[in-house]
Amino acid sequence: MTGIYNMSTHQLDTQRLLCPLPVIRVQDKIKELNNGDLLEVVCTDPGTMNDIPAWCRINEHLLKEKKEQNHQYLFLIEVVR
Amino acid sequence: MTQKKAVSLISGGLDSLLATKVIQEQGIHVEGINFFTGFCVEGHTHAIRKKDKQKQKRNNALWVAEQLNIKLHIVDIVEEYKSIVMNPKHGYGAHLNPCLDCKIFMVKKAHEWIKENNFDFIITGEVIGQRPKSQRKETMPVISGKSGAGDLLLRPLCAKNLPATRPELENWVDREKLYDFSGRSRKPQMSLAEQFELEDYAQPAGGCCFLTDENYASKLSDLWKFRGNREYELDDIILLKIGRHIRPKPNFKVIVSREEGETRFLEGYKKQFIYLHSISHKGPLTLIDGDEISDEDLLLAAQITARFSQGRTADQVTVEIIDKKQQSKEVTVKPCHPNDILNDWYL
Repeated sequence: MTGIYNMSTHQLDTQRLLCPLPVIRVQDKIKELNNGDLLEVVCTDPGTMNDIPAWCRINEHLLKEKKEQNHQYLFLIEVVR
Repeated sequence: MTQKKAVSLISGGLDSLLATKVIQEQGIHVEGINFFTGFCVEGHTHAIRKKDKQKQKRNNALWVAEQLNIKLHIVDIVEEYKSIVMNPKHGYGAHLNPCLDCKIFMVKKAHEWIKENNFDFIITGEVIGQRPKSQRKETMPVISGKSGAGDLLLRPLCAKNLPATRPELENWVDREKLYDFSGRSRKPQMSLAEQFELEDYAQPAGGCCFLTDENYASKLSDLWKFRGNREYELDDIILLKIGRHIRPKPNFKVIVSREEGETRFLEGYKKQFIYLHSISHKGPLTLIDGDEISDEDLLLAAQITARFSQGRTADQVTVEIIDKKQQSKEVTVKPCHPNDILNDWYL
């Protein structure tokens, strides 16, 4: 989906993957994205609730949202270059 | 002089944290690299088991990177690492841990990384004598040499016990401000941590790799023995961390979930394995891993499943068996008596 600011929203499903694989998948996906793009991530490893925010802080991407819903952990990350 | 850049192998433990901090203190730009082999101890059991859900879980490498305020590059080496585990040139340690080959491989990958990313040298938290297999005076030059890193590999915690490396010879770092730690004692590291005012750090018992764990290595040996080769996939090595593994016959083993979280996790494997669950009583999910499974084998697996269900003392338990084509059948069995499941069957 392309937005009015030329940003796009992408999805990443890491369900059933155990840490650190969800973080690796996020890291690798974000390499392909542009500044301002949004990445929605769905995980099932509860460790991601710590690890994905930590990865975002270290790499200075913006974690806009994180929540738990029906055994799933959902994240919305804005890419910052 | 332009600022020099180093990549540090970050395991998540204290030594790599300190080694990185020592080099940062000398004005070097450091970034971390961490390798995921599939055997890394990352609290997977806790992540899966419901009863552990409230336990705080963190990736120690990420945590260390955050404490050091450095970027961390996590690299998936699961596929490439298989050859190291299956055929280590320098052999195994006490269990199935190919520590020396592993260290050579990781430094080699780090060396490739610095060339691709225009970094100047590599640092590790190795200490002479710290580990019986890979961290010995004789193995240090083997790692530098066989990895291809040569004198671009600096070990800040024991550098003074080793010949000077290029970062020292060219005064990128001050050798006098490096250390001469040796031996298995952790006191020098703890003292240095105190100097850096580091109070919270991981102290993994037995290292950070499942291959050093006797029970895990025993299950992996069993997998290799009964498959007739040492090939494995990531799912194989993850499943070895989950459930009870019981091999009643050479041609198959069962993996029986121990609680709700494990049941939910094993449900993700329903298309890859024959699976069973009790329908007359609450109970576990059981996967059958094997070949040429006979009706007799299925009945035995059903009896084992019933044994770990809430119908364990009932006269009869009804178990549903679903094959890989998702065709289902029900059998009614008497649960195994605990003595029927021989100690030798438990992996």
